[in-house]
Parts: sequence; structure tokens; C-alpha cells
Amino acid sequence: MAAHTPSGTSYVRAQAVAPLPPPLVESGAIGWLRTALFSGPLNIVLTILSGALIVLIVPPLLNFLIFDATWSGADREACLARPDRPVVGACWAFIRERLGYFIYGFYPIAERWRVDAFFVLLTIGIIWLLAPTARRRTLGAIYFFVVMPVLACVLLLGWPAIGLPEVSTTQWGGMLVTVVVSGVGIVFSLPIGIVLALGRRSRMPLVKLFSVIFIEFVRGVPLVTVLFMASVMLPLFVPEQWSPDKLLRALVGVALFASAYMAEVVRAGLQAIPRGQYEGAMAVGLSYWRMMGLIILPQALRVTIPNIVNSYIALFKDTTLVFIVGIFDFLRTIEAARVDPKWATPVTSTTGYAFAAIVYFICCYLMSRYARDMEARLTTTHRR
Amino acid sequence: MDQPTSPPRLRPAKLKTDVAIDIIGMHKWFGDFHVLRDINLRVMGGERIVICGPSGSGKSTMIRCINRLEEHQRGRILIDGMELTGDLRRIDEIRREVGMVFQHFNLFPHLTVLENLTLAPIWVRKMPKKDADDIAMHFLRRVKIPEQAHKYPGQLSGGQQQRVAIARALCMNPKIMLFDEPTSALDPEMVKEVLETMVQLAEDGMTMLVVTHEMGFARQVANRVVFMDEGQIVEVNTPEEFFAHPQHERTKLFLSQILQ
Ligand SMILES: Nc1ncnc2c1ncn2[C@@H]1O[C@H](COP(=O)(O)OP(=O)(O)OP(=O)(O)O)[C@@H](O)[C@H]1O
Ligand SMILES: [Mg+2]
Repeated sequence: MAAHTPSGTSYVRAQAVAPLPPPLVESGAIGWLRTALFSGPLNIVLTILSGALIVLIVPPLLNFLIFDATWSGADREACLARPDRPVVGACWAFIRERLGYFIYGFYPIAERWRVDAFFVLLTIGIIWLLAPTARRRTLGAIYFFVVMPVLACVLLLGWPAIGLPEVSTTQWGGMLVTVVVSGVGIVFSLPIGIVLALGRRSRMPLVKLFSVIFIEFVRGVPLVTVLFMASVMLPLFVPEQWSPDKLLRALVGVALFASAYMAEVVRAGLQAIPRGQYEGAMAVGLSYWRMMGLIILPQALRVTIPNIVNSYIALFKDTTLVFIVGIFDFLRTIEAARVDPKWATPVTSTTGYAFAAIVYFICCYLMSRYARDMEARLTTTHRR
Repeated sequence: MDQPTSPPRLRPAKLKTDVAIDIIGMHKWFGDFHVLRDINLRVMGGERIVICGPSGSGKSTMIRCINRLEEHQRGRILIDGMELTGDLRRIDEIRREVGMVFQHFNLFPHLTVLENLTLAPIWVRKMPKKDADDIAMHFLRRVKIPEQAHKYPGQLSGGQQQRVAIARALCMNPKIMLFDEPTSALDPEMVKEVLETMVQLAEDGMTMLVVTHEMGFARQVANRVVFMDEGQIVEVNTPEEFFAHPQHERTKLFLSQILQ
């Protein structure tokens, strides 16, 4: 700071300052490069490092997955290295041949159209419920939560009376099982989680105690344990003649497990809602459930969407653990197929896992992408 | 949207009895802390009461007891002849008859202004949506912001939000309105528009309990001013007497501080 003079105007500039040079190009490709990639020493180093990493990884990956890959063939011969073809990439022929198994498991081939029909029904439901421009969403919700599950049960399990032979769930497998298990987990965990979260905040001691014990107990054990308990302990409680089947037991286990986590996610959202919202709702005369359903939960869930989807993605990947209780989910079918002698080659396993990785990545990426779009939509339309 | 004639006014709902609110020997504790001590206050239908007092004296707590946002532990509170007890249905019934306006508005940010107003009439009064919309628009015109109906609360100024909050309470057609420092979170230039709305409401004959430090409002509108300190009602008087000849030392001290 300049010394302060009593006259008080020494800080006023007497001469005009020369204009600054125009700013560097900040728009266009070069401008973008400059601001985004080369804006400082650290940034430059990072850019170079990432560039090197990309050069190191991407070409070999593309070579393996695409350029050196085998696209067709009847058995392992097609994917073996030969003198005229020393480098072999992914054995997509294997995936192509076993694709039916990966999707349907042991579902009888003649009945597989029923699984396809189920996938179509499910897709309609998902689009109806989630597409931003969808109309009549209440009807969509009824379809998704009531009509579709009933149709799906009839289709997948069969109903001899209307000419659909029964298919035991032991024959289900592959993507079908992964979709059913994670679908049931996703659909049930949110409502049960909400009820548990509300229970945990309840003033009724018994309700609160039950919620806390349930949540903490389930969160305190790994999913594998829950699955084991569901498949070993559930039969102890449910009458013998009902004999809940293996898949159903796993479904219950996954749903309960996911609910406990969802409860904590929802609780965090509830805590973000200021007390004034409760008071405003009570003061206009809303009952507890209306207050929760119309005022508190819509806001709490909205701020929780990223975490909810996070749980869903984790759940989707966790469903691979059902193989522990002998259920052939998508990953398990790949596991089983990759050791098939008919396709035994050095690249079979890698190809199988690459395929699994790509499928899981696409599913999870779509979920997180949708969640981000929805978040953006909500923040623009419901600006606070 | 300016209209030459002021929009029609709805008469406030009629009380069943002459006494709107009767608080008899009411005590309240927060844990060990005795917040309200032996509160006695009878508010007649159509009366406007202004409550003032130093911070922490229990003003908010007292009016929040009237619609059961807080529970009192001893004594009785009767709203239009109905006693407030733990009975949930009774509490709901009383909350339908008593509107409340908060310092921080407490509007629902995820709903539009119109939805904020129609929510309770539709879900609590079971009014058809069309009628609820009509009533909501009526009150929005009355608080002079019909053009904001389809915005979200976050897009309005503080003064506009508070007027929406007043309209929201009025849509339930309450017999009694409680105000807890409705202007103290507002910028000075917005205080006036909210006070005008409240004066208008008073002119329509609404029974009002207003916690406020706006002494001009008290002079203009109040039938009685209640002064509270340390959880007790120290003095109740007409505004003229209250300001000209305060009876108690504490009242004098408070007035000298607030009117300096
Ligand atoms: N939920 C609560 N739990 C415990 N103490 C509380 C609670 N709410 C208020 N109090 C205490 O009760 C006393 C009265 O509070 P109250 O909010 O009624 O005061 P007030 O007169 O409205 O003050 P102000 O003018 O600051 O709003 C204060 O000492 C406050 O700390
Ligand atoms: Mg207060």
C-alpha cells in the first residue's frame, strides 16, 4: 500500500493507463485446448500423462477386441493361433454360440420366446415409467408394479391351463436371472427402505427398535451371509409344503439386504429437510402420512437420487453373488461356459470376462447416466 | 394484472363460539426448562392480539402451542370451544381451523405457488381440484401476486413468498390466524407489502394473533397488546395504554429499547 498522505488524493491515478492487450483466444478448438488441457504446468503434465496412458492402453485393447478378434466359428479351432495367424484376439465366436445360454440359462429352447416377451414387457414398463415425456405415468406405475409382475410370473413360470408349460426356476439362468434378481431388489428396496427409514425416526419405541435392529443387523453382515441365511433359515419359518424355491429365497434375501442400505440412504435425505417443512405441512393440517408422502419424501428423495442410483448400481453388481447359493446368474453362466472343453482356448476366459465387463458396464453406465439427466432436469425445473 | 376495483373478499369462517382461543393456566417445559409459566389469555372472535417481548421470552412457543406444533404440559387450551388434547383427530381438526404464518415462510419448494396453495384444500378438505384452483387464485389476487401462480417459491422475493404463505393459510378458510414474526426475515422494503396484507385481513374481521415487533402495526390494528417476558404474560393492554402508560418496569424497559 502506498503511504497515506493527508491530502488524501494521492491514490487517484493522474494518467490514463494503456489498454490491456486483448485476451487470448478462449473460444474455438485452440482456445479450448488452451483452457482445458494446457492451462498450467500441472495441467500440462497431467495432459501428457493421460495421453501416454491412452496410447498405451487403447490400441492393444482395440486390437484384442476388434482387429484380431475371431467373429465366427463352430468351436475352439476357430480361435486357436495358427502359423498364418499368430496373434489371436477375442473369441467372439464363443460368445455368439453360447449367447442363448448367457441370456436364458437352461430355459427350454422351445419356451425361450416367453423370456423374450418378458424382456419386451419389462422394457415397455421401464420406458413408460422413466421417459421424461411419458404420459399417464400413474397408469404406467400400475402397469409396472402390478400388471407386469403378474404377467411376468405367468409367462416365466408357466401356466399349463392356458397352454404354457411350467418351467422350474432351477432352469432359469443367465441375464434372465440377473434381471429378475436385481429388478426385484430395485423395486422392493425403495419402498421397504423408506418404511424402515421412517421407522427409525419414529417416536414409537417398538417401531424404532425393530427398524434399528433390522437395519444394523443386515448392514453388519455381508450379502453372502444374508443369502445363505435366506436359503437355509427361511425354510425353517415357512411351512414345508410351500417349500419356497431357491430363487425366491435369494430374491427375498437380496431385497431385504438392499432395503437396509436404502433405509440409510433415505434417512440421510430425510435429515436434509429443514424442520420448517414439517411445521409448514402440519400447520396446514396434513396428517403424518400425507405430510411424508406429499412434502417430506418428495424433497428427500430428490436430493437422494444420486445415492439411490448408486445403491442400485451396487445392487446390480452384487447380484452376481447369488451364484453362492447355486443360482446361475449372468456371470455364473459365463463362468460355466468358459471352461467348456469345446471352447477351450487361451483367449476364451478373457473373452468371456470382457463380454461380462462390457455388459455390466453398459447397464451401470445407463443407470448413472439416466440419474444424472434426471438430476439436471429436476434442478432446472424446480429451482429453489 | 392491476385491477381497478379491489377483488371480492371472502368473509372469514364463522366461529362456533364467541371465544376464539381460551388459554387457562397453561405451563410448558422443554425438559427441565420452564418456558411458559401460568399463561392465561382469552381471545374473542374477531379480536387482533399483538404479542411482543424480548427474545427468548416464549412468544413463539406460546402461539405454537395453539396449533400443537408444541405440546403444553399443564393447563388447558380451548380453540373455538374444542380442547386441545393428545387426540390426533382433534389436533387435525384444530389445525384445519387455525392458519399459521412463519418467520421463514416454510413454503414447499418443490411445488409451484399454486400447488402450495391447493395442496391442503385438496388433500385435507377434499376439495375438487378445480374449486381449489379457483380459491387459490382468489387469494393470490388478494395478496396481489396472481401472476406468480406458476412459479416456484424460490423464484419469488421474500415479501412475495410471505404473501404466498399468508394466502396458503387463507385457502384453508381458517377461523384464526397465527403469525410468528412474519416480517422479521424480510428486507425493509418488503415489510410494508406484507403488513398491508395483514391489515387488510384484520379489516375483514379475522381473529389474529401476531407476534411482531412492528409497533406501528400494533397501534393500527391491535385490539390488545400482550407483553411477555421470561415465559410469563407480564402485561395486557390496549395499544394506546400500552404505549402511553406501560404498567411494568420490564415493559417500559422493553419499549424504550424497541422504540429508541
Ligand atoms: N425445541 C426447543 N427445545 C428446547 N428449548 C427450546 C426449544 N424451543 C425454544 N426453546 C427455548 O425456549 C425459550 C423460548 O423460545 P421462543 O422461541 O418461544 O422465544 P421467542 O420469544 O419466540 O424469542 P424470539 O423473539 O427470539 O423468537 C428460549 O429460551 C429457547 O431457547
Ligand atoms: Mg420466536
